[in-house]
Amino acid sequence: MSQVVDAPVPVEVELRPAARLDMRRAVRLGLSGGVAMVLVCAIGMVAAFQPRMLIDPILPMGTFFLYLLPLIFGWTASQPPPTLEGFEPAKTGARNILAGALAGVLGGLCVGLLLIVITTWDLRGVFINLSPQLAEIISFGLPVAAAIPVIALVAGVVGALGGAIHLLSPRPRRATMSALAWVLVFSLFTDIFGQLFDALSLDFVIDFLYTGRGGALTIAGALVLFAVFFAFYWWLGGRESTLRQRVQAMPAGRRSRWQIGAAVIILVILYFVPRIMGPFVSQILVTAGIYLLMALGLNIVVGYAGLLDLGYVAFFAVGAYSTAILTSPQSPAFSPEISVLASIPFVMIAAAIAGILVATPVIRMRGDYLAIVTLGFGEIARILLNSEWLAPYFGGAQGITNIPDLQIGPITFSTPQDYFYPVFLFVVLAAYITYAVQNSRWGRAWMAMREDESVAEAMGINIVTAKLSAFVVGAILASFGGTLFASQIGSVFPHTFDIVVSITVLVIIIVGGMGSVPGVVLGAIVLIVLPNLLREFSEYQFLFYGVLLIVMMLKRPEGFIPSRRRAQELHAEELSQDAWLEIYGEKGLEEKVPEGTT
Amino acid sequence: MALLEITGLSKAFGGLRAINGLDIYVDEGEVVSVIGPNGAGKTTFFNLVTGMETPDEGSIVFDGQELVGLRPNQILQLGMARTFQNVRLFPAMTVLENVMVGQHARTRAGLLGAIFKTPSQRREEREIEERSKEVLSFFGTRLAGYRHDQLSMVLSYANRRRLEIARAMATSPRLLLLDEPTAGMNPRETIELTELIGRLRSERAYTIVLIEHDMQVVRNVSDRVVVLDHGVKLTEGSYDEISTNENVIEAYLGRPAEMGA
Repeated sequence: MSQVVDAPVPVEVELRPAARLDMRRAVRLGLSGGVAMVLVCAIGMVAAFQPRMLIDPILPMGTFFLYLLPLIFGWTASQPPPTLEGFEPAKTGARNILAGALAGVLGGLCVGLLLIVITTWDLRGVFINLSPQLAEIISFGLPVAAAIPVIALVAGVVGALGGAIHLLSPRPRRATMSALAWVLVFSLFTDIFGQLFDALSLDFVIDFLYTGRGGALTIAGALVLFAVFFAFYWWLGGRESTLRQRVQAMPAGRRSRWQIGAAVIILVILYFVPRIMGPFVSQILVTAGIYLLMALGLNIVVGYAGLLDLGYVAFFAVGAYSTAILTSPQSPAFSPEISVLASIPFVMIAAAIAGILVATPVIRMRGDYLAIVTLGFGEIARILLNSEWLAPYFGGAQGITNIPDLQIGPITFSTPQDYFYPVFLFVVLAAYITYAVQNSRWGRAWMAMREDESVAEAMGINIVTAKLSAFVVGAILASFGGTLFASQIGSVFPHTFDIVVSITVLVIIIVGGMGSVPGVVLGAIVLIVLPNLLREFSEYQFLFYGVLLIVMMLKRPEGFIPSRRRAQELHAEELSQDAWLEIYGEKGLEEKVPEGTT
Repeated sequence: MALLEITGLSKAFGGLRAINGLDIYVDEGEVVSVIGPNGAGKTTFFNLVTGMETPDEGSIVFDGQELVGLRPNQILQLGMARTFQNVRLFPAMTVLENVMVGQHARTRAGLLGAIFKTPSQRREEREIEERSKEVLSFFGTRLAGYRHDQLSMVLSYANRRRLEIARAMATSPRLLLLDEPTAGMNPRETIELTELIGRLRSERAYTIVLIEHDMQVVRNVSDRVVVLDHGVKLTEGSYDEISTNENVIEAYLGRPAEMGA
């Protein structure tokens, strides 16, 4: 069928002017930022972080985190509204800086108020962190009357800088932000960079950048780092997307050769990671890897099959305890003392049975009910392991000790550095299983069940088998984590298998991106590696999780690296007619209504 | 012998007798329309036949096999597939995936096959994809090409209805149950769908039972029309017979005022 298609006629549409930056919003955000700053002080974070210097001697960590808030809120306050169809793109200018500064000053004044409160009344009976030391820190050592304008000024300047980010064009903006982020990384993780440069015998770099091993960045070091990374990102410009296009344009054979080459390089680097990083960092990586293994398993249960399992730690416990019983000479009732490697098939069987045991009673349950019941199962598992009644089998609160190290042929894995490799191997295996199953008959069946259980059943899917198999696959992956954990630590105790583990694993997949393997990996890095590397943070770990969860749910509910389908699902309505009406509702409609109709 | 033979079917929700002693048969190759005013029990009838609800009494025999007591997936396995009045696709799955799910009951690969990528699993996976594309091609350009990879939630309303039919077709049924396939469609789309139902019979040899409110569609596609009202069969017959039947007109338009309620 041939049809004459008219050439599209360019239509000159007069664009409406974009909405101006809303100053009331800046006031609101400034006050919220102020509340956040006061909270950060009141929970003792500022005082706890203060002894650590980020850049010596001008930037202690406490002050940095306190004034990070006006930067973020100033940036948010001056964010131009989204460009909508039929409207001009929003212009940026002095108004952005003003909005940022306004938000910052308001935040600073809140802190000033806090300073007056601390110095006037002694509230330490209730708020133990509102101490004179805190007053000293937030007042920069100045008397109160002089300190308040200074705080407001500093916060205002920081807020204005946050607003000014919007004025930069993309290339310098990206270079600046990336360079600042790298300076921050270098100042926060001094240990790691110390180890790294040490291993590469680049001692003079440490001497130049830092005040000593594990010390703070020097001013000169910070400036040089900023300059180097700024130059690098400036040069990079848009080159990496051109490179990506070039790789995609390659013929399949050459591309796969490139991919194999890249994979080999990554493997070689990974091989050296534990050797260079030493036991402390390797232990963190091993812990993160075990969490990642569980997260990949739970991702199948929750992300694919849509079965919200809040008692996932039970399967981790099954893996750890069955390894302990099978391998340890200390196992109270039954101790065949086989090797850890030989125990793996039995652990898988135990995990599969546990998966079926948990899944059977919840076959006809959905959503919230399923979550509550599995939550109960998780707790039951821990209480049973801890009970006197079963102590003759599981050792009760004393647990089971003397679990041997993993041994494969002549190689014995004992240090955290050694365990990095088997953990990595199991993570790769779990990721492979996730990918392989995703586009298979049962993967589709799980997704269909998640979308609409009764329709899935009416379309020929056996719901019983689908649920059982999802639980079993998830249970087996978690049990691998348990086996590795038990043999690395060498002992298992009931209190390890707390509900907190289930929640952490769930948060990893929610924050990372449900249903997406790269997302889950990033989630594990952000939630396990970072808080453990920053020892100052460990006390505030759960606060950090909570804040992260709230921010993610509000701003990016699909997670850091979402699967394609979840991103589409959650943003299908964005910038549609509804959003248009919501933002420009009354004004837009008023103009449209012909005169005399009201 | 009839392909589907229903006798004495009853279902009550609390005090409401949604279906009350219903006898219906459907012969192989027939297109039967089920009509009736709102609340007559038409969708409940579909739910009972497909096993999504359990009848209180009565028997449903499909191809010599009693269906009462079977799960919906077992009933589908025997060769019966349905669509829904309020379209119920798998929204966050692509068009192609929706149809591929339809073949779940007709394929066998297990999880281990997927993990080890066995040759038989890969062959089956290829076949599922080819068959799904073939089924989608039945709808011409409507669900072709780039649409395969779109999430079903972004489809237009009429396309969602088409996709639901495609998903049902992918289950290789003998009997198709279509619940108001033209609801919410514009007149042109309705005409197109009427033709499509004709083609479902002529090209694919499905036996079809459909619930429909649009009398034009009912007249154009059905061999036989069954009229339900308050859960009982009012009458049945050809379109011409029932369109002149006084009871039917009464059920749809209400009794004349002087006769009282």
